[in-house]
Amino acid sequence: MRRLSLPKFARYQLLVHLAALIPLAWLIFDAARGNLGANPIQAVEQRTGKYALILMAASLACTPLNTVTGWRSVLRWRRPLGLYAFVYAALHFLTFLGLDYGFDVGLIWLDVAGKRFILVGAAALAILVALAFTSTGAAMKRMGRRWKQLHRWVYAAGGLVIIHYAWAVKADIRGPLAWGALIAALLALRLPPVRRWFARQRVRRRLQGR
Amino acid sequence: MAKTDIPGIPSSEITPEHVYINRRQFMLGLGGLAAAAALAACAAPSSPAPAVGSVATLAPTAGKSTDELGDRLTTYEDVTTYNNYYEFGTDKSDPARQAKNFRTAPWTVQVGGLVNKPATFGVEDLIRLFPPEERIYRLRCVEAWSMVIPWQGFQLNKLLAAVEPTGAAKYVRFETLNDPEQMPGQRNDWYEWPYVEGLRLDEALHDLTLLATGVYGKPALPQNGAPLRLVVPWKYGFKSIKSIVKIDLVAEQPSSLWMVAAPDEYGFYANVNPDVNHPRWSQASERRIGETARRRTLPFNGYAEQVAGLYAGMDLAKFY
Ligand code: HEM
Repeated sequence: MRRLSLPKFARYQLLVHLAALIPLAWLIFDAARGNLGANPIQAVEQRTGKYALILMAASLACTPLNTVTGWRSVLRWRRPLGLYAFVYAALHFLTFLGLDYGFDVGLIWLDVAGKRFILVGAAALAILVALAFTSTGAAMKRMGRRWKQLHRWVYAAGGLVIIHYAWAVKADIRGPLAWGALIAALLALRLPPVRRWFARQRVRRRLQGR
Repeated sequence: MAKTDIPGIPSSEITPEHVYINRRQFMLGLGGLAAAAALAACAAPSSPAPAVGSVATLAPTAGKSTDELGDRLTTYEDVTTYNNYYEFGTDKSDPARQAKNFRTAPWTVQVGGLVNKPATFGVEDLIRLFPPEERIYRLRCVEAWSMVIPWQGFQLNKLLAAVEPTGAAKYVRFETLNDPEQMPGQRNDWYEWPYVEGLRLDEALHDLTLLATGVYGKPALPQNGAPLRLVVPWKYGFKSIKSIVKIDLVAEQPSSLWMVAAPDEYGFYANVNPDVNHPRWSQASERRIGETARRRTLPFNGYAEQVAGLYAGMDLAKFY
């Protein structure tokens, strides 16, 4: 085996992959131990949904983190974190189709046709699929300017997921509100005037020699 | 009043419950599936957790192992750890923890309003006056999960007969204890505490309508609504109000806590009805706790034969 002489950024990359897989390992561990409570299928459904949201927020936090700190390698985490958000969303959807409904199309139709929270979740998932399939360097080159436009849709997906989450819970919407506030804050940090302000602060700090 | 065939009268032989086994096996199966063999070796079966609470010494027992449709009882563990009781937290596992030290004795219930003989009863008096019997009922939550639970209780109509409703009484209004010190959920003001529920008088007088004091042959635990709760098996679970301190006969239809909180989502009747969806989730199917596959939801939760007559001529999509 090769010695650990990976460049620094590659080591960070590895860390990102490990961190993103921890929730999955934890879920599998709990499932294997029978620790998922009286309604294990719902628990899997809720946890995969929650993890997808967390990774989506983590991916969305990369650019703002760079804006605020000027730290460049954080930008390299954006893509893997986004892809893991897609992976967890796909697991969430598969849980819904398979574990929850046993792939019973008739029953799914009966249960979800016109269910607004499912439609909103499906719209979010559709965006994540489009982003995942255009996440390669080749796609980026091929699409040029349009790539950036397409990938801005991630914020729409974020908003849809928050609505999906808020409508999925019965009454206590503190969770969706908190996550919604976080995503709104991350979006605010991307607005050009806000970015410029942070950039000026960084320049000033550097000029002052600290 | 409709003459009903009451399910779940205790049989002479008492079968102890071994149903824990079922769920464990399923969970291990699910675990194995998810692990895709990777972690299957970790699936060390642990022994079932002992029941919590002061009555843990009594073994949970039931007269039968199924309901009248042949569906197996939900395990005592699940019945006592997966609860919706917002006074003790919004997560299903909260009530078992947060209600542990809830004081259920002494406890009195004030029965009054439009009655000839208003009275306040201690729970012990009620149990003496109306000896509890076992009733095995399906419980269908509005969140589309369900259980089969062996209750001990007495028919509400016996208590109502004792206080003699006047001719003006049309509805029954129930109220839960209001005690934010003991019920942490009541310290937030998202809801209009205390919990209130109501039934039309003929629903309240129906032979299926139960006031329960016990579960699985043991005194009910606080998370199940001890010491006295309503059980109306053909309605969504939230109608079956817990830890009741006040029962009033009234002339006007009472507004329940959920009707006040979300009028477009929760109606007064709340009869289990696969054809009338909740605006945010479907009621066509449900998951029986302990089972993997979904089941189709039955009209009136399978009690249509006994109760459909109460609603003859009513548009149940309008009166949901
Ligand atoms: C077609 C697509 C989708 C379907 C059918 C779907 C289905 C569901 C269902 C049935 C629930 C409710 C679980 C329950 O409480 O019983 C749920 C909750 C949730 N979903 Fe989705 N979902 C979809 C897409 C997504 C996506 C794309 C995300 C995130 C990226 C997501 C995140 C969540 C979250 C955060 C919850 C709440 C979990 C909780 O209660 O803690 N969902 N979803």
